[in-house]
Amino acid sequence: MQYEAVVIGVSAGGLAALSGILKELPVDFALPVIIIQHRSREERTLLEEVMQAKCRIRIKQADEKERIERSVVYFAPADYHLLIEKDRSFSLSRDMPVNFSRPSVDVLFMAASEVYGDRLIAMILTGAGKDGAEGVRAVRQRGGLTVAQDPEDAFFPDMPRAAIETGCVQYILKPTELKNLLLNIGGK
Amino acid sequence: MGDELELKELLESIRFVYGYDFTEYAAASVKRRIDHFMITNKFNSLKTLGKTLLKEDGFFEQFIQEITVNVTEMFRDPPFYKSLRENIMGRLATYPFIKIWIAGASTGEEVYSLAIFLREKGLLERSVIYATDINQKALQTAREGIYPIRNMKAYTENYIKAGGQHSLSDYYVAKYDSVLLDRSLRQNIVFAAHNLAADRSFNEFQLISCRNVLIYFNQDLQNKVIDLFYESLCPLGILALGNKESLLFSDRKGKFEMLDRKEKIFIKTD
Repeated sequence: MQYEAVVIGVSAGGLAALSGILKELPVDFALPVIIIQHRSREERTLLEEVMQAKCRIRIKQADEKERIERSVVYFAPADYHLLIEKDRSFSLSRDMPVNFSRPSVDVLFMAASEVYGDRLIAMILTGAGKDGAEGVRAVRQRGGLTVAQDPEDAFFPDMPRAAIETGCVQYILKPTELKNLLLNIGGK
Repeated sequence: MGDELELKELLESIRFVYGYDFTEYAAASVKRRIDHFMITNKFNSLKTLGKTLLKEDGFFEQFIQEITVNVTEMFRDPPFYKSLRENIMGRLATYPFIKIWIAGASTGEEVYSLAIFLREKGLLERSVIYATDINQKALQTAREGIYPIRNMKAYTENYIKAGGQHSLSDYYVAKYDSVLLDRSLRQNIVFAAHNLAADRSFNEFQLISCRNVLIYFNQDLQNKVIDLFYESLCPLGILALGNKESLLFSDRKGKFEMLDRKEKIFIKTD
């Protein structure tokens, strides 16, 4: 297997876009999927519960120091940045918001790119703002695979568009193509 | 990775020369803060940063203040303060004299939040709050109790959600673009430097609150710090952590019971 992890950054409009992809993933999907979905500060676990109801693959919130396992979809908790340590465990931080966001896509993508290097797949889906653009640049500089949802198809095109404008996005895909890419790489 | 080794060497030499030990911090967070410091201070390698730090004391001071500062707000995580108010204050009220330790007090917003709730429950006069942090500059801000007025709207919303009984504006005076918190809140607060990674217990407490500090430590250091808290709590003393923190990596986890699972409030039972 060429890849070790998938990271996804998504904001406004994300629930529909994400569930369209995640519900297709098999329970034994070969990689961990780590997601920054911007969410309300005070929401605790609703996002995970809603998503699990639609999906077969295991969905959970990333815990502090938790070891990252394949066949699990992790969401960053509300109001914490999510980082990855060299030993493939999660760290949380309450440092200042980045791009007005905590969790921030840039923070996860940068930390993930340092750990996984070219064994990482990074995706930017629908969202307002530009969180994730610098993260995509970091992933690409270390040889990871970078993908953005086609802004034409996104409920909110700004976030994928900002990522594409860095010149560091390799593939611009429709939602079905995003899903197929993941299934080809990790679906067996 | 060369980067990783260089970071390790830098942290080791800081420990050796200045006695600040970051070697047991969660590496990804430390690295992120050092990267940020390097960008704002225009360093392009860890090596040159390391050389400058070890040569110039004044610069090292600035570095320490910048990489150890934690951001916070008044009544941060309102559900926690609500639980504190409804489930913990009653227990504290049974003591004739209440000693509280807020470890990682940072710039003080949460210290004053607790003081306000103690006052509303008529407990502040017989309480002493020890507010400690590794960061001297943050503590100075905490002592002054002056905060930007632009933050007060969000703090007021937090205060109301947390169950505050008055108006938050009863506790401060506004001047220009700042607010000064009621001086009388400070009478029972002791601000002091304390480094959780190196310093010892200094008293016995009925309540220790250390929220969103352990996330920056590795498992070994978390274990040591929980030991320190255990030794610093009276029997049936209360320990409050951040909502994503736990006693999972502590040898003492069997010696605490959950008081509030969601808000991570524990009671020392053994």
